[in-house]
Formats: sequence, C-alpha cells, structure tokens
Amino acid sequence: MAHPANYRYTNQHEWVDAKGDVATIGITDYAQHELGDVVFVELPKPGTKISAGKSFGTVESVKAVSEIYAPVSGEVVEANLALQNTPETINSDPHGAAWLIKVRLANPAEVKSLMDAAAYEKFVADKGKEASA
Amino acid sequence: MEAANSPTITEARKTPLNALHRRLGAKMVNFGGWDMPVEYPATGGLVAEHKAVRGSVGVFDVSHMGDIRVRSGRKPGGALAAVQHISMNDASLLAIGQAHYSAMLYPQGTFVDDVIVHRLGEDDFLLVINAGTRQKDIDWVRQNTRDLDCVVEDLSDAYTQLAIQGPHAVEVLQKLTDANLEAIKNYWFAHGTVCGLKNILIARTGYTGEDGFEIYVPSDQATSEQVWAKVMEAGRDFGIIPCGLGARNTLRLEAKMALYEHEISDTINVWEAGLDRYCKMEKGDFIGRAALAQAKSAGLMRTLVGLEMVERGIARDGYCCCNERGETVGVVTSGSPSPTLCKNIALAYVPPAMSAIGTPIYVEIRSQRTKAQVVPTPFYKRARKAAPQSAASSTAKTI
Repeated sequence: MAHPANYRYTNQHEWVDAKGDVATIGITDYAQHELGDVVFVELPKPGTKISAGKSFGTVESVKAVSEIYAPVSGEVVEANLALQNTPETINSDPHGAAWLIKVRLANPAEVKSLMDAAAYEKFVADKGKEASA
Repeated sequence: MEAANSPTITEARKTPLNALHRRLGAKMVNFGGWDMPVEYPATGGLVAEHKAVRGSVGVFDVSHMGDIRVRSGRKPGGALAAVQHISMNDASLLAIGQAHYSAMLYPQGTFVDDVIVHRLGEDDFLLVINAGTRQKDIDWVRQNTRDLDCVVEDLSDAYTQLAIQGPHAVEVLQKLTDANLEAIKNYWFAHGTVCGLKNILIARTGYTGEDGFEIYVPSDQATSEQVWAKVMEAGRDFGIIPCGLGARNTLRLEAKMALYEHEISDTINVWEAGLDRYCKMEKGDFIGRAALAQAKSAGLMRTLVGLEMVERGIARDGYCCCNERGETVGVVTSGSPSPTLCKNIALAYVPPAMSAIGTPIYVEIRSQRTKAQVVPTPFYKRARKAAPQSAASSTAKTI
C-alpha cells in the first residue's frame, strides 16, 4: 500500500495529515502489517491534551498491545469511535477510514519536522533489510 | 507505534523448516530461544490459522519440542521405575502404544516441566518436553535417574515434529500413510509409513483442543521440507494452511491447556494448577509427592480459574487481578481475545474464595480496573465423535 505523499510520518509508524491547524493522525500500513489482526483500540476523549512523543492510546492485535505515540502536540477534537466496533478497519484502510484522532495543533511547525513519504518509505525499507540480515 | 513485547535479539536456534518459514513470509519471533513462526500473514494470519484448525485443518512446525527416550538397562523394569520416579502420572497404566499427559516435579511439588509420556515398548518410553526447558529437563532426567537401571537419550535433534490439527486432520494424513488412523484413539500412537518414510511415529495428540496428529520424521532439511510439502498438498482440498505459535497459543488457551512459565512454573504446585487428575498419589513415591501431600492438607492459597471480560478490554499475561475494593488478589497467567468465542478470555490465579463461577474479578488494564467474571473452563470443548472400536496395535521397537 502506497504511503500518501501529502502525509508526514514518524519513526514509530504514525502518520499525520495536517490541514491548517487541525491534523488527522493514524498508523501506517507498515504498522498494521506488523501488528496483525487488530482487535481492540483505545483512544483519548475530545479535550485531552497530547504531547509529541508521548503515548496517547493503544492498538491491540490478538497477540500484542502496542502504544501509539503522538507525532505532534495539541488537543484532541475528535476520536474515531467507529473503530471501537470495527477495529479491523485498521488492517484494511489504515491511511483512510481508520484514522484515529483529529488534533488542534499546538505548534503547526512540528509537522514539518516529521518524515515525508519518500523518507518514510526509505526508513521502512532499511528496517526490512536489517531484519533479514 | 511500538510493540510492547518485541522479540529479543539473540542467536536463536532454528528448526529444519526455518528456511521454509522464511520463504513463506512468516513473521518470526524468538520463543524460548528458538526462531519460530508466530503467524503467516500471506495465508491469512493468526485468526485465519486459528479458524482453520477449529473448522478444518492446519499444520504446525513444532520441531522445537524436545524428546527424551528412557529405556531399561540390564534388567526389565528399569525404564518404568525411572519414569515413575520422575513424573507424576502413573506410567504403569500405559499400554504399549499409549501416551498420557504428565509432569516432572521439583521436590517442592512445583513444575520442572509438563510432558507427554509415550510407551514405545514394555521397557521403552518417550517423553516429549517443551522447547524452552529442553536442556534443563534433560539434565533433570539424567540427574534423577543416575542410580536407576535405565538409559537416557536426548533425541531432540533427531526429529522434525509436525502437528496436523483439526477435524479434517485424519483425512489429510490418511492420504500419506498406510497406518489405519481411524484405529488410533486419542492419546494413542502407532508406527507406519508416512510419505514413503518407514516406521514413523504417528501420535493422536496435540496442543489445540482439536482432533489431530503429531508425526515425528527425520530431521534433515530435505526430508522435512518434502513431508511439509506433501502434507500441504494432501490438505489442499480442505483448505489447509500453515499455522504459527500465535494460533497455537489462542487454541491451547481456549482449551485451557497449560503453558510453562504461565499456568505452571517452578513456583506453582499441581493442586494450584488444577492438574490433580494427572497426578497419581497412590502409585507410590515420586519426586514432589511428599510436598504435595503436605500442600493438600495445608489447603490451597490460590487456584487457576477462567475469566471472561465483562467490560471492554483485553486481559494480558501478568496483569493484576483485584477484588471489588481494589485490593490485589491475583494475577493473569494468559489472556487473549478468543477467535472462536469472540470474547476476551483469560486464565488467572485467584484465592479459592473467589473462584466460584460468576464471581466478579477486576483486571487492571493500564491502571484501569476492568470488570471480568469467573466462567467455567475449558472455554472451548470440541464435540467428540464416537470412539473407534479397536485400539491401535503397535509393537515397534524403534521410534
């Protein structure tokens, strides 16, 4: 699955789609693939403050719990509640319907410090090489 | 995103099928020092693998398991005496061709390991042991049978062990062997030609709570891969898929089968683990017996129960169990979503007073007390077909 060119990415495999001062955040296709079948999602309520690099929620597959780290700082304006009933959407449409939260950015410049799609794809490819070495 | 329990980076041991797993694109993990497939995403992944075994058939590479052969020395009876001394079940009740679940215990009545004991002959036993405890187990058996008239052999590296599991396992394997599989009862075994290989041990055993077989073939890579390929080919019409340790874990959890370092360990005794029916106190002395007799009269401090989550959340291994007042009363030993039941289930140690069906237990999930309740176990029990009329006849001298 291609990583959208207009998104930014973290080395913890989250993506950010910033429009003005609101950013949508999710996990990447690489991340969902590493997790396997997603069965549970825990997300913060609107109004929650999140800060870059800190955990804001969890995604669970059958076999493991994974923390999701905030790529940027800000205040949650919306959480994707549909994922509570259909967490498997994270496996089928991680870059679209399975967005996790929308955040009002505290510092929009933070987004620019993240990897672009080309850099992220290189990062993931290098990781693959490391694993098979 | 970061996996909470990422595999450790050490030089892990490999089974003869390791290269094949990697060619299949399996996700690999370090399990007890072994580089093993946890799931095969290309053929559907963990949940699909779990469902294949419950609904049809799946195949597992379980060559990481160890095998210890115990034979009599100069006189008959030495092997039986040794097995009786080091394990808690009564091996004298085993007919040739029969196997049973048992365990090796420390003098304190806690677990060295759980084992499947197979009686190959009057004076010949095969103990199948866990991967993570292989060396410890072998040392333990050697040490504790030193003064007995028996020969102990570590055959762990001699076999590739495949588990073919599921309601259609019998039809799949029957295509590859001249042994009459219908005649092999649950927890019995026979020897037969499998994929043209003579005298292969075929046991109707497994770790999934489903019908199935475990076969022991020579461990060279070429033979191992050929047998695997033939099993896949024979299973094609039944939708057979390769299954990893992830599905093996959810399957055994639903069936409430113990996993070493989880439900059983060197600090948990037989009564606590609820494995009473495999422990034959009346058979005579064995290692751990005296402590168990004492523990029985002292009464239980904790007992293993099944939990089902009532509130949203998944109990995981190691999470705390609390009572209604928020006091810690126990611990989760294994927890997972159950693909068969579509519920979040767990096994946990709690005080006996909190073990009645329906008792509320609060599992601490990321500092959130989340309600669960005690439910009957096993969580899943397969519907059994009518038992075959005759037992397998097996008198093979080799395995």
